[in-house]
Amino acid sequence: MQYLISVIDDGTGPATPKEDAAIDVFNDRLRAEGHWVFAGGLAAPETATVIDNRGEEALVTDGPFVESKEYLAGFWIIEAADLDVVLKLAADGSKACHRKIEVRPFQ
Amino acid sequence: MSDAITRAHRAEWARVVASLTRRFGDLDIAEEAAAEAFATAVERWPADGVPPNPGAWLTTTANRKAIDRIRRESKREDKHKEAHMVYDDDPPEPPVAIDDDRLRLIFTCCHPALAMEARLALTLRMVGGLSMPEIARAFLVADAAMGQRITRAKAKIKAARIPYRVPSTEDLPARVSGVLAVLYLVFNEGYLATGPDTDPVRHDLTAEAIRLTRLIRTLLPDDGEVAGLLALMLLIEARRTARVSATGELVALDEQDRGAWDQALIAEGHRLVRERLAAGVAPGRYQILAAINAVHTSAGDIRDTDWSQVLALYDQLVRLDRSPVVALNRAIALAELDGPQVALAAVDRLEPRLAGYHAYHATRADLLRRLGRSQESRAAYDKAIELAGNTAETAYLTRRRDQLG
Repeated sequence: MQYLISVIDDGTGPATPKEDAAIDVFNDRLRAEGHWVFAGGLAAPETATVIDNRGEEALVTDGPFVESKEYLAGFWIIEAADLDVVLKLAADGSKACHRKIEVRPFQ
Repeated sequence: MSDAITRAHRAEWARVVASLTRRFGDLDIAEEAAAEAFATAVERWPADGVPPNPGAWLTTTANRKAIDRIRRESKREDKHKEAHMVYDDDPPEPPVAIDDDRLRLIFTCCHPALAMEARLALTLRMVGGLSMPEIARAFLVADAAMGQRITRAKAKIKAARIPYRVPSTEDLPARVSGVLAVLYLVFNEGYLATGPDTDPVRHDLTAEAIRLTRLIRTLLPDDGEVAGLLALMLLIEARRTARVSATGELVALDEQDRGAWDQALIAEGHRLVRERLAAGVAPGRYQILAAINAVHTSAGDIRDTDWSQVLALYDQLVRLDRSPVVALNRAIALAELDGPQVALAAVDRLEPRLAGYHAYHATRADLLRRLGRSQESRAAYDKAIELAGNTAETAYLTRRRDQLG
């Protein structure tokens, strides 16, 4: 069973070297314990481009699709047996990256 | 016959749902199959007689219904899933501290990833066996909204894989506080049932809450709040039969026949309270509430009640729990010590937060009556009667109002 762990930034800005180091340690643990699937940090929301090709032609606009104080700063995709396992990992992940985290199962 | 089915429903519902949940790993299948099994009992038992072991009959029937349902539904779905569910070839699970399916069901229904109201609704439905309208009435929401709440919670359990298990020893203390909160709410709903057409006291719910709290206590014998909640429930339950008159009217503490109190439950509750005192650890909310009830049940007569002890305990509770309901109950003890005038001033300060709460108006009504302010008292009784949901309480308040000069 796979879960998406989203890292939510609510105005703290880019990760500090100390946070990066803690995230590395956490990632190593995910690999060692067999939870690792994929992970990545995202560039700032200002770098986003929105494309809408539902109409006649593709419409390209600058900026994130939603203006909000909170935005997605990065994510982990992990493999875990059940939600309790994920909640524990997410608690440690939140501590490591020093940000709020949201957990959602894949369909 | 309907009595036999009602009894079986109360005794066996949670067990049937829990054992099916373990086998099929799906709350929806478990609940629907359990409901079908009870429906079959309603058809068959009057003709065939009540089976010698109703619980086993219901579990077997529900298992068959579940398998039928899975076969029907899996015609369109994955055949492997059917094979997996119908032929139970999973290796047996490793033994847990307490192997009780119902306890697992409680921890699943009370999982912290679910909203508090969903935990409560789900526990009442899956563990308590209450119908959707009963739960909806108990929490004053529309049937449809309650149905949705339960459906959403079940869908989340399934999609996010909330496990069906008692948490590991290290996780237990953190998880148990949410379970205690839910069990206390279940107990209270049983003790003062809100529905206009249910019994004013639902012994099935109070008994189930006590039974489950006992189970949790065997799991966590050193947890003060578990012991506290159990003691609290026992000391309240001990007064149950004295609390409603033959005519279905609530009997207030000062008018109860103390000879009708259950002495065995009181003794057990007092023992637990003493045990907690001896532990010498700062008590939590449930332990303080249990101690208050221990003071009440120690008095052979209302006039012997040690009100200063009660007030001291409420002072302690107020520091832990700033809720206006605690402040209201504290004011009742204050009235006994400093008189109704002082208590009324304390109660009136709670008006902005408790204006919609029947007990606020009932307390005011009583204090105003004692102060001889009949007209204001009558108005407060009217308001309390309008807001009260419990039939026995409404009857009591109506009589008190009509006795006003």
